[in-house]
Amino acid sequence: MTDQPLLVAEGLAKNYGARIGCRDVSLEVYPGEVLAVVGESGSGKSTLLGLLSTELAPSAGRVLYRLKDGALTDLASLGPAERRLLMRTDWGLVRQNPAEGLRMAVSAGGNVGERLMAVGWRHYGDIRAEALDWLGRVEIAADRIDDDPRSFSGGMRQRLQIARNLVTRPRLVFMDEPTGGLDVSVQARLLDLIRGLVAQMGLAVVIVTHDLAVARLLSHRMVVMRQGRVIETGLTDQVLDDPREPYTQLLVSSVLAA
Amino acid sequence: MSAAPDPAAPDPATPESDAAPAGPLLPELAYNFAYLDEQTKRMIRRAILKAIAIPGYQVPFAAREMPMPYGWGTGGVQVTAAVLGPDDVLKVIDQGADDTTNAVAIRGFFEKTAGVATTTRTSEASVIQTRHRIPEQPLTERQILVYQVPIPEPLRFLEPRETETRQLHALAEYGLVHVKLYEDIARHGHIATTYAYPVEVAGRYVMDPSPIPKFDNPKMDDCPALQLFGAGREKRIYAIPPHTRVRSLDFDDHPFRVQRFAEPCAMCGARGVYLDEVILDDRGGRMFVCSDTDHCETRQAEGHHGGMWGGAPGAAA
Ligand SMILES: Nc1ncnc2c1ncn2[C@@H]1O[C@H](COP(=O)(O)OP(=O)(O)O)[C@@H](O)[C@H]1O
Ligand SMILES: [Mg+2]
Ligand SMILES: [Zn+2]
Repeated sequence: MTDQPLLVAEGLAKNYGARIGCRDVSLEVYPGEVLAVVGESGSGKSTLLGLLSTELAPSAGRVLYRLKDGALTDLASLGPAERRLLMRTDWGLVRQNPAEGLRMAVSAGGNVGERLMAVGWRHYGDIRAEALDWLGRVEIAADRIDDDPRSFSGGMRQRLQIARNLVTRPRLVFMDEPTGGLDVSVQARLLDLIRGLVAQMGLAVVIVTHDLAVARLLSHRMVVMRQGRVIETGLTDQVLDDPREPYTQLLVSSVLAA
Repeated sequence: MSAAPDPAAPDPATPESDAAPAGPLLPELAYNFAYLDEQTKRMIRRAILKAIAIPGYQVPFAAREMPMPYGWGTGGVQVTAAVLGPDDVLKVIDQGADDTTNAVAIRGFFEKTAGVATTTRTSEASVIQTRHRIPEQPLTERQILVYQVPIPEPLRFLEPRETETRQLHALAEYGLVHVKLYEDIARHGHIATTYAYPVEVAGRYVMDPSPIPKFDNPKMDDCPALQLFGAGREKRIYAIPPHTRVRSLDFDDHPFRVQRFAEPCAMCGARGVYLDEVILDDRGGRMFVCSDTDHCETRQAEGHHGGMWGGAPGAAA
C-alpha cells in the first residue's frame, strides 16, 4: 500500500425519489487494499458500490480515481468512451448474481476472452491461451472452456465471473456479495480463491457484504453502513474486536452469538 | 385562397401531373408514383442522405405500412420507392433469381404503381432491389443496389438491449462481434458464419450486410454503385456510398475467406461464382448451378456451357 489513494469518494449521496439510498459518504481506497462495506440489508451498500463504480449517478458528491498517468481525476469529467474503457480494463465488477455478470449463452472461453477482444486482441490462439490460463487460475477444468455457464454450478459461475474480470489485470475490483447464495463449503473455497488472487495481483477491492465473517477473512479495512450513512470505519480487526458504535456492537454480537 | 394547390392533388413532380388538372381523383390515380406519397418519400430520402453521410450507421425512419407483409422486403420496397424515378429501369432478385414469387410480386408492384420499365438483366438495370445476393456482374456507378434487411443490428445476437447496442456503436466498441466469431471457431474449428457476415464500413461502423452469403462480401468493398439497406419491421436505413472500404471482420490466425466451389456451374461453366445445389432425382443426383440466374442465362446465350447444359449428364459433352 502507498499513501496515495486510488479511489476517493467525497460527500456521495443518492436519492431514489423521496427514498434515501445513501448520504454523505466519503471514503478512500488505497492500492492493494481490500475495503469491506458491511451493514444490514437495505443499509445502502449496493447503492454505494453503484456510485463508486459509476454505474449510478450521484445525487450529490463525486468520485475521483487515480488514472494510470497518476492524476487523481473526477470520474464525472471523463467522457463515456474513456469511462467505459476504464471500466473494462482497469476495473472489474463482480456481481452477486453471476447471470448478470456473465454472458450465459457464450462459452466460458468467450466470456473470459471478451475483454481481451474489446481491447483489440485479434489472434484467436492468443485469446484462447489466455482464457485457458485464467480458467486454470480460478480452478475451472480446461475441458470446460467451450461449455457455456448455464451448465456450471453457482460456485463455478462465480469463479468464471472473477476470471472474466481479472483477465485485463485491473487495479480495482468492485464485488457485491460475491459469495451470497452459495453453500457454506462453496463459499469458503471461493473466499480462499479471491484472497489468493487479490494478494497475488495486488488488487484493490471494494467488497460489499452483509456477512462479517467474509469481511474478517478478506478485508484490511471496513466501513459500517446504517440507513444510508457510514457510521463507523476502521481497520477490520479493530472494528470487529472493539466496535465503538452501539449499532456495530449489535451487529458483531449477533454474529458471534449465531 | 382559391389559388392554393389542392393538397389531395398529385405532386407536380410526378408523371400523374401530366394528366387532367386537379379535379376529382380518377381511379387510375389512386396510387401516387411508386405508391408512397411525396412527403413520405422525402422523409425516406432524408434518411437515405443521412445514411450515405455516415456509412454503415443505422438511421431510424418512420417506416410506412406497405401492402405486403413484413419479411417480403417492405424496407427495401420503401427505399426503392424513394429513389425510383420515371426513367429508371428496375430489376428485382430474390436469392439471385428474378422469377421467385417475391421478386415477381415486387417487380409487378412497381410496374403498376410507378409504371417504370423492368428488366432481368443486371447490365440494363439502374435500380436493383435484392434479397440475399449481390449480382455476379460487377455493378457500375450508374446503379443503385437496394437490399432487403430482416435484422439490421449486427450486435443483436449477443446484446438484445437496444440502448446498449446504440452505445456500443456510438463508442465503436465492437469486441462483441469478435466474441461471436470466437464462439464460431471454438465450436466448429473455423468461422462458421456464412450468411450476414459482419463488416466494418469505412473504418468505423460495424454493419450487418443482410443475409447475403459471405461469398458476396468482397463485392461490397470499393463498389462503384450506391448500396442502400432497408429494414421495414425495424425501421432502419443504412448505406454504403460508392467506393467505400468494406472489410469483413476476422482474426489474424483465422482470416476471412469466401466459400469455394469445387466444380464450375453445370449449366454455363462459370467458375468463381456462387452456386446453388439442385437436386435432380431421388437417387442422390444433383448439380450445382449459378444462383444468379441472369448471369447464368447470359453466359449460356454467349455460348458458354457446363457439363449439364442441353440435358442429361454427358449429353453436352
Ligand atoms: N432502484 C431503487 N429504487 C428505489 N429505491 C431503491 C433502489 N435501490 C435501492 N433502493 C433503496 O435504497 C436503500 C438502500 O438499498 P441498497 O443500496 O440496495 O441496500 P443494501 O445493498 O445494503 O441492501 C433501500 O431502502 C432500498 O429500498
Ligand atoms: Mg445489496
Ligand atoms: Zn451458370
